[in-house]
Amino acid sequence: MEIGVDRERCAGAGMCALTAPEVFDQDEEDGRVRLLTARPVDGQRAAARLAAGVCPAAAITLGD
Amino acid sequence: MTHEPTTHEPKTHDEPTAHEPTAHEPTTAPAEVTAFPTARHTGCPFDPPAELAALREESPLRRMRYPDGHHGWLATGHAAVRAIMADPRFSARYELLHLPMPGFEEVEIPPAAPGDFTGMDAPGHTRYRRLLTGRFTVRRMRLLTERVEELTAEHLDAMAAQGPGLDLVEAYAHPVPAQMICELLGVPYADRKQFTGHVATLFDQRADIEAKGAAYGAVESYVKGLVAAKRAEPTDDLLSDLTGTDLTDEELAGVGSLLLGAGLDTTANMIALGAFALLSHPEQLAALRAEPGLAGPAVEELLRYLTVADPAVRTALEDVEVDGRLIRAGDTVTLSFQAANRDPARFPGPDRLDLRRAATGHVAFGHGAHQCLGQQLARVEMQIALPALLRRFPTLRLAVEPSEVPLREQNNIYGVRSLPVTWDQT
Repeated sequence: MEIGVDRERCAGAGMCALTAPEVFDQDEEDGRVRLLTARPVDGQRAAARLAAGVCPAAAITLGD
Repeated sequence: MTHEPTTHEPKTHDEPTAHEPTAHEPTTAPAEVTAFPTARHTGCPFDPPAELAALREESPLRRMRYPDGHHGWLATGHAAVRAIMADPRFSARYELLHLPMPGFEEVEIPPAAPGDFTGMDAPGHTRYRRLLTGRFTVRRMRLLTERVEELTAEHLDAMAAQGPGLDLVEAYAHPVPAQMICELLGVPYADRKQFTGHVATLFDQRADIEAKGAAYGAVESYVKGLVAAKRAEPTDDLLSDLTGTDLTDEELAGVGSLLLGAGLDTTANMIALGAFALLSHPEQLAALRAEPGLAGPAVEELLRYLTVADPAVRTALEDVEVDGRLIRAGDTVTLSFQAANRDPARFPGPDRLDLRRAATGHVAFGHGAHQCLGQQLARVEMQIALPALLRRFPTLRLAVEPSEVPLREQNNIYGVRSLPVTWDQT
């Protein structure tokens, strides 16, 4: 699984950092998404998938 | 009496004939809907108006005749609500909207005032939002945990000192989040008489447009005075920090008014109505009291189940196809978050309060670029305030019959007007 984030689309709501804190963080300054790892390991994938699903701005993409 | 799932069953069996013809795609035009349903007459204060469920079953996205005669739409399904809220081709600009509640038929809604970014689209909305999201991150809000714990403890102490038999809204649910948003913004809590009544008018659906305009003016002028003071003498708070950005005084006053209004009465209603819901579901309440780890999921489920802020309104800027329906440019869509959060296609057994359910994905904070800015603050407040209340008063119970609790009907933020509670003194 490879994760992509679009900081232009990001609304800074924090749903990703709340749902998958090992994969996503929020920028200290503007609150927008920061990717901690583009390739989450086994125990992180389900949360990453959920985070992509709940992102209000559809700013997270999941690749193979 | 409780509101456990079993009490809901007869209700759903009462109405099958009303739903039957619409289980499949209707062949004839369905009965016209002429306003957003708001009346709750199911006997369960936590359920959305029953009509919403019937309309969703019929079609999650359907035509609705607005009180001003506009032929627009009503979205009640979770997927349709999400799709439209996330789509930038739907505008939030006030002046483009037709309102789904009666009382505004003759009124031209003015565009959003400077700083009132809920009524703006990109790029104006984006500019404000990006100045603010860094201040409301998950991490920053969790740093407030200790302060929220102090505030809850202070108010719980005051309740204990006052003794059993009091209004939980006044003693706890309102002041804790109100004091918190004031501290965060840099608004002296002692000034609250200058704005709380006006903020209440803004949410009250019985107030007319003149009353709302006057109320907004009063809040805005109060915040404007505060902004001038912060410019002269900055303090350690959000409003002072924002004076260091390119926002004008007028824009700052608008932003401050919006955040104050949004933070004052929203979480308060979730805490009070949440306490009422838990007291009406004793097994769920016992689980939350016993398991500190349940606070996170419990708050998500309460948000889903109660969804106090509803609905949102958007207008299509161009023709858009959603769910196989063509929404024309200029058409207004009313989006019901409470209906979406009870959509059985997304949440099995949606009318059951189940704190252990995976409720993530609810739209209680909205969806899309406008999704609630303060949601992480609201989560921290609720996750602390509700369990702390239950643990402090192990025998907490309603002091009146559930049916006697006065509800906030005809209000943009649903909840209880007061919640008389009592407990055994130890």
